[in-house]
Amino acid sequence: MSGRYVVARAADIPEGGRVLVEVGGRQVGVFNVGGSFYGLINRCPHKGAEMCKGNVVAGLTSARPGEFDYDEDTALLMCPWHGWEFDVRTGRSWFDPRTRLRTYDVEVTGADRLEGVPRAGRVPGPYTAETVEVCVEDEYVVVDLRKARKAAQTGEGR
Amino acid sequence: MTTALLENTSRDELWPGPVIDCDVHANVPSLEALFPYMSRHWIAWCTERGWHGPVGGVNLAYPPGSDRSCRPEWRPADRPPASDLGLLQQHVLDPWRVERAILTCYYAVDALRHPDWAAALTRAVNDWLVAEWLDRDPRLVGTLVIPARDPAAMIEEIHRVGDHPGFVQVLLPVRHAALWGQRQFHPVFQAMAEHGLVAGLHFGGVTTDAPSSSGYSSYYVEEYAAEWQSFTAQVTSLVSEGVFQVCPELRVSVLEGGFAWLPVWGWRMDKEWKGLRREVPWLDRRPLEIIRDHMRFSVAPADLGTREQTATVLEWLGSDDMLMFATDYPHGYDDDIAGLLAAAPPSMRPRLMAGTARDWYRL
Ligand code: FES
Repeated sequence: MSGRYVVARAADIPEGGRVLVEVGGRQVGVFNVGGSFYGLINRCPHKGAEMCKGNVVAGLTSARPGEFDYDEDTALLMCPWHGWEFDVRTGRSWFDPRTRLRTYDVEVTGADRLEGVPRAGRVPGPYTAETVEVCVEDEYVVVDLRKARKAAQTGEGR
Repeated sequence: MTTALLENTSRDELWPGPVIDCDVHANVPSLEALFPYMSRHWIAWCTERGWHGPVGGVNLAYPPGSDRSCRPEWRPADRPPASDLGLLQQHVLDPWRVERAILTCYYAVDALRHPDWAAALTRAVNDWLVAEWLDRDPRLVGTLVIPARDPAAMIEEIHRVGDHPGFVQVLLPVRHAALWGQRQFHPVFQAMAEHGLVAGLHFGGVTTDAPSSSGYSSYYVEEYAAEWQSFTAQVTSLVSEGVFQVCPELRVSVLEGGFAWLPVWGWRMDKEWKGLRREVPWLDRRPLEIIRDHMRFSVAPADLGTREQTATVLEWLGSDDMLMFATDYPHGYDDDIAGLLAAAPPSMRPRLMAGTARDWYRL
């Protein structure tokens, strides 16, 4: 397998949006956060929930009771089962940065560079990506499974 | 020499090293014993009414005739148990050869609703503790009482006596009209921290609320055996409300509350925190880690199982420094101190018997 898959037209994942696709036998969520795209495995490292169906929320920290630092520049994906929060950009868990969601590289590229790149399959459910028809004038979101990182291996997030 | 708790073992056979007893009690023998520490106005307030003290309050927590309230060996014929320094010396301080003992007096001043009378009686109890106990035996340090219905009055009393070298702790009755972690009490904890005082969360307390969250129980045994629920509610409140973020230097002792529940509580809290922490975002680390830094537990009563089971619970605590020895004089339990020490790893034993309390109370 090539490891690269077309998952959607860039225009089909608006800011704050996501698609869930099946590529290379894996389910991957692709999120648009602030105009950039991030790929995450659809499997929570805790007990295996379908992670990419969780809510995306802003960062929230506090120095002391009653003070709230609500940080909309941070996007956290909350697991639908037990609420663990993971940074969409790095896959890191909020409470323990060594616990991570596997992340995948995502690029946006023109149709002229998609020669031979396979299309992602669809996953039933609310965030399904339609089968992608490639048109020359559009930009496409491509997920790259070859750069997948294992949760515990890498020191620094991207 | 043997004492009631030691049964047939000698003090040295049980533990040859130093001993600090972190929970011994003084009982006010009668309201009249406090008159020397009250103004004439408040003495008249009592005598005009024939008022004899918040008796119901004390006796709710400690039924006077019960062996739980006083071990038979420690019950004097002619006066209330633990109401005289000589008794404490004879029953605990001398036979245990304690390095230090931490004295607590629960007189149910929290039962009083008259704000000025509650504050006056509180002052009298604290001055009586200083004059008749703390100043008369250098082994004793003590716990000051506060008018627990009025945060401003609590702070005033902490400022009034908090710098007396004999006071190392402030008594917080575990059963209280409100959870101690709530915002209204944060300035009270700040006052304690300012004076270097430990917050002593202790069995007892008089509220109009039932001891269980589902109303009153039918029997004393229910209330007595289930009081640890009140402790877990207060510990959960102190942690969740961010008291230790407000007062990073605050120390809390959990006295007469048991400790075997702590690891299980901690697992649950740690687990819920991972998913619900957005609600309390000041909790920036696991609750059980916060507890290990900010709380210590007395070992009387101890919810002990077999030697192996006890060893497992001690291991679950995750630290040699969580527990502090206590006789809980004059209260009576079937605690097997020898069994507890045998189950503890060798590194924990000197900490449990004296080291942890010495560091915690800066003795
Ligand atoms: S399965 Fe995701 S937090 Fe438990």
